[in-house]
Amino acid sequence: MENQNILLSAQGITKRYPGVVALNQVDLDFHTGEIHAICGENGAGKSTFIKVLTGAIQPDAGCIEIEGVLRENYTPHEAMFNFGISAIYQEFNLIPALSIAENLFFGKELQKNYFLDRKTMNQKAKEVLLSLGVDLDPNLAVSSLSVAYQQIVEIAKSTYQNAKLIIMDEPSAPLTIHEVDKLFNLVHTLKAQGITVIYISHRLSEIFELSDRVTVFRDGCKIVTMPTSATTKNELIHIMVNREVSETFPPRRGQIGHPILEVEHLSTAALLKDISFTLRKGEILGFGGLVGAGRTELARAIYGADPITEGTILINNKPIRIRHPQEAVAQKIGLIPEDRKQHGIISRLSAAENIAYSSFKKISKFGLIQMRLMEQVAQKMITVLRIITPNAQKRVMELSGGNQQKVVLARWLTSDCDIILFDEPTRGIDVGAKQEIYELIIELAFQGKAIILISSEMNELLGMSDRILVMHEGVITGELSKAEATQDKVLRLASGE
Amino acid sequence: MKIKTLEIPIKKFAILGVLFILIAFFTIVTDSFLTTGNILNIARQVSMLGISAVGMTCVILTSGIDISVGSVMGVTNIVGALLMTKYGMPILPAVLITLVVAAAVGLVNGIFVSYIGVPALITTLAMMTLLRGVTYVLCDGLPVWGLPDSFRTLGQGYIGIIPIPVIIMFLIFIIGWVFLNRTKTGRYIYGLGGNREAVRLAGIRTKRVEAGVFVISGFLTGIAGLIMLSRINTGQPKIGTAFEMDVITAVVLGGVSVMGGVGSILGVLLGVFITGILSNGMILLDISEYYQQIIKGVVLLLAVTFDSLAKRKKD
Repeated sequence: MENQNILLSAQGITKRYPGVVALNQVDLDFHTGEIHAICGENGAGKSTFIKVLTGAIQPDAGCIEIEGVLRENYTPHEAMFNFGISAIYQEFNLIPALSIAENLFFGKELQKNYFLDRKTMNQKAKEVLLSLGVDLDPNLAVSSLSVAYQQIVEIAKSTYQNAKLIIMDEPSAPLTIHEVDKLFNLVHTLKAQGITVIYISHRLSEIFELSDRVTVFRDGCKIVTMPTSATTKNELIHIMVNREVSETFPPRRGQIGHPILEVEHLSTAALLKDISFTLRKGEILGFGGLVGAGRTELARAIYGADPITEGTILINNKPIRIRHPQEAVAQKIGLIPEDRKQHGIISRLSAAENIAYSSFKKISKFGLIQMRLMEQVAQKMITVLRIITPNAQKRVMELSGGNQQKVVLARWLTSDCDIILFDEPTRGIDVGAKQEIYELIIELAFQGKAIILISSEMNELLGMSDRILVMHEGVITGELSKAEATQDKVLRLASGE
Repeated sequence: MKIKTLEIPIKKFAILGVLFILIAFFTIVTDSFLTTGNILNIARQVSMLGISAVGMTCVILTSGIDISVGSVMGVTNIVGALLMTKYGMPILPAVLITLVVAAAVGLVNGIFVSYIGVPALITTLAMMTLLRGVTYVLCDGLPVWGLPDSFRTLGQGYIGIIPIPVIIMFLIFIIGWVFLNRTKTGRYIYGLGGNREAVRLAGIRTKRVEAGVFVISGFLTGIAGLIMLSRINTGQPKIGTAFEMDVITAVVLGGVSVMGGVGSILGVLLGVFITGILSNGMILLDISEYYQQIIKGVVLLLAVTFDSLAKRKKD
């Protein structure tokens, strides 16, 4: 490629966060009018890189040249309006109550005699939509459109603002198969207009169908950029996951017993389809899959946090119905949610209260919480789980992430759960605390608790699980025993092949 | 538990400071402010406000609001009066039925807010308007006379030198403190403001708790309404108009965050007394009703400004 064909050139981009290098010396060029796919595991650095390009975050080192001019410290606003870089995120930036035309012209409304010039705006909006090959009435409210059309409006907004580079972050995730075809046509239309598209996707088949070149990120580094036609799916997967296993996991002890939780043909309205599996006493059952595969949704459905449309759940061979988390807790199920701060801890209450929160009944007398008893219970958990806090009265929001996680775990140990659902238990937790959580999980399994471990960290999933179920788009695509599980196999099942 | 009362200590000291400044100010500029008689008078004046404020505290802690309390006071006033006069009921059953009515109003609020999902402000706004209408219909818009003399004791009696309403108020504050700090439901109420989903996922029936706080608010306001009825010894359909504003002012002044989850019943007691002292002092100073309203509005605005600034600093 010749130099004048390079639209944007990123050189030596580095971004550090406390304890982690999110981007490490990334060099990457984007050509005018190409469709450039980016792939990598969660946390590989894709999102951070995109945020650097759009000006949402500033890199610690490195520079960006746009059309041959060095640009530094620009804002998302400058990126969009001066340099023509726009990003389509999974959450759209549209105002649902306004019409398509009003959204397209938002902030830059056309006026005539101090009033909105609706006629011209509608006309121009129609032209923009037609140029993308879409015939839509610009008067329609955005809220009345399907997700696919909202996405088109979002893209139309970018092109109307003379975007030269459009970044799409998992654009096909919310779409049906039919809609994805439309999206592909649209991306090709953009390319034909000379617009560069950066296409981020977990779905490898889309990358091969659509892109001219593909770049793989891993652990904050750009590993390779190559013409898509020169590679294969297997090679991409291999590059994505080929990592030295650095973490060690505590040795597995104990025995796996009889089935305790049996899920049969479970479905939900939103995502899950015909999920069946068995969890045994003392077993650590791992759930692998990509973001949006439905693992969190499955945990929530079992826990009664979201409604189930079909299927049965058996606990100790007895069919039961769980319609509310309270009923799950009564069945001795505990959930350690993915979003610890929003869904796990009760942030303003003390560590002691958080630990006792699901067991207040047990420590109350005549309806009054026995403070001394609560203190004892909490203190015991603090000792057993090695929760680092000056005292049990410390507000839980002031503890570190790892200790907050232990507090949530302590809650379920206090309420004497038999089945514990861990959803990304070590996300955002430092390495030392991670090891402790691993040891705790193994210890719990040894004590005969049945454990579901949802994890996007491949090492954790492979290192901890006795058995792994892999999910893709709401269905279980495969089961791997500890012996046969490898990164490649998990990823392949996770991408739905 | 020692640490608990130290939650955001600066803010609490600030409230205490405001209280002392007010007391000092009115003591200096008036002769009659700091006398036992006047202090007891203030306490009696704020007793209804205080009782209702305990319920309002529960509601606001869950990040809700109940602006129907003024109308609940009005309807309990008239229902109580009618039961004792027109229907010739003895005091005790009349009181009990009136309280059931007040709690039932709260339950309806709670069901709409929690199970149907109508915003608390709108639900209780509708209830406020509706109940006031019901009140006028019940008594044809006329005062209800002829209450039994013995009913006066509730609002006008004394034990020793302490007015009975003041004793009831302090009892309710004590029960409120125990309830919010020492029972599971109380701790769920604190959790609901700010960590609703986390509380639900801890296996708690959050909707019941959310509906329950409105029942508490209705019930306690019913007690306040009966005390008011006993004090004026006449059923007045207009009673309680704008009462909700005073209650909300006192609770917010007392440091309860309108975002929910933060605040203590002790702070609310201080907030109640600040409101009462302000009113009383301004009357002693012969400040006109019009200016009193301006000052009260400014005080409320300052209190919430303080709340917002404290929150911003923390973030």
